[in-house]
Amino acid sequence: MSDRLSPLHEVHAAAGAVFTDFAGWQMPVRYSSDLAEHKAVREAAGIFDLSHMGEILVVGPGAAAALDYAVSGRISALQPGQAKYTLLLNDAGGVLDDLIVYRTGEDRFLVVANAANAGTVAGELRGRADRFDAQVHDESDDVALIAVQGPRALEVLLNTEGFALDGGHPDGEDVADALSSLRYYRALAGNFNGSAVLFARTGYTGEDGFEIFVSPDAARALWGALVEAGAPFHLVPAGLAARDTLRLEAGMPLYGHELDAETLPVQAGLGRVVDLGKPGDFVGRAAIEKGPAPEASVLVGLRGEGKRAARADYPVRDESGATIGRVTSGALSPTLGFPIAMAYVAPSHAAEGTVVAVDIRGTAHPYLVTPLPFYKRKKTS
Amino acid sequence: MAAPQNLKYTADHEWVRVDGDVATVGITDYAQSALGDVVFVELPDLGEVTASSVIGEIESTKSVGELFAPVTGEIIEVNDAVVANPELVNSDPYGDGWLVRVRVAELPELLDAEAYEKLTGE
Repeated sequence: MSDRLSPLHEVHAAAGAVFTDFAGWQMPVRYSSDLAEHKAVREAAGIFDLSHMGEILVVGPGAAAALDYAVSGRISALQPGQAKYTLLLNDAGGVLDDLIVYRTGEDRFLVVANAANAGTVAGELRGRADRFDAQVHDESDDVALIAVQGPRALEVLLNTEGFALDGGHPDGEDVADALSSLRYYRALAGNFNGSAVLFARTGYTGEDGFEIFVSPDAARALWGALVEAGAPFHLVPAGLAARDTLRLEAGMPLYGHELDAETLPVQAGLGRVVDLGKPGDFVGRAAIEKGPAPEASVLVGLRGEGKRAARADYPVRDESGATIGRVTSGALSPTLGFPIAMAYVAPSHAAEGTVVAVDIRGTAHPYLVTPLPFYKRKKTS
Repeated sequence: MAAPQNLKYTADHEWVRVDGDVATVGITDYAQSALGDVVFVELPDLGEVTASSVIGEIESTKSVGELFAPVTGEIIEVNDAVVANPELVNSDPYGDGWLVRVRVAELPELLDAEAYEKLTGE
């Protein structure tokens, strides 16, 4: 077993987690029930260990320019404390990974990559930053990541002992106001009992929530403090199974399913994530400007009836039985109660309201092309 | 949960309780735990089955598993309660979560609890 272990591994084992191999890491797939964990995040709050994800720092006077060249978005336009969802493209315009880039200082950026791609992303960024005045450091082994997600996530953080802000009140008296007013896709530097943390209002569940970057040495204490503070708010530990159904309901792509090196962002519905208006060249620009072939498949949402889920790689067929696409992710939606899926289909069958058939282990089941996301939270603030 | 001593097991993680010439069949605690929350169960029509043939499906949010006939014989009853409430497979795999009853024509060699636990490493 060469699998890597999270700094929180023993905590998960003690909590009864079932583990799965994920991108070379042993991570919790569930603690007790996927459905209960999913429901807790939709209705209360869940805490996730995301320490397997990659964290790469890009620093230096040329860091912003380097990232403008290296990724699809206009990173130089971010204010310190602001974050952006963006894509690392190859020369053919295909997606090497989807990323969140946080501007943590004038000359300092934190790039968060999928675990499976962390090495690729660090290597690509290093190569692409070469002719800029910028350095790239893969900090993945030195950063743990804990997410608290759900409508009560803020309350959980507000009741957690030990937080303070960089340059703020040493007793953390100003933390509550700062976290409460932290907007979506914004981040704030602070500490937890003296260990540096970055609070980010980001997530992958379709709910409000926070992701907290922390040193591996302090991860156990932080997890414990959050779990303790979260008890009155019905916070539960949640595994990768719940994370997957939550993101699917929220229509969020998963690398290796909806995104890959052969697929252009526009096919995945992510045309808006590529900033063709930014000055200068960036990797993939020419291919993106050219666009995919007119017959290239496009990502759609599908909803079915009954309880039988279309799953990844099942064929999608038209009324004559001809294969017109394939499912990339699918599950019986825990929140909605009917099967949902994302699939790449021929443009001729991508219009909302089109009926297609998914071949579920030899039987054709009708599915309706439906706009994404399947689930949208009610905004309260 | 330890595999009950009074049951027989298959390498496909099913349990069999033989009572006279009738075998009651379900999936083990190990299997339900590996599947996660069961959300859909499809059971066969009544009638003849051959050992090792696929007679149903058990779907969880994460995956789908096949149900194999552990014995040759005739299916005389299916558990409609698990079709209506698939979570019974998780909450009571050796009890209310049973799946089918078969009148046994031929009983292959099955594992005892000790051999099954060795198989699952529990």
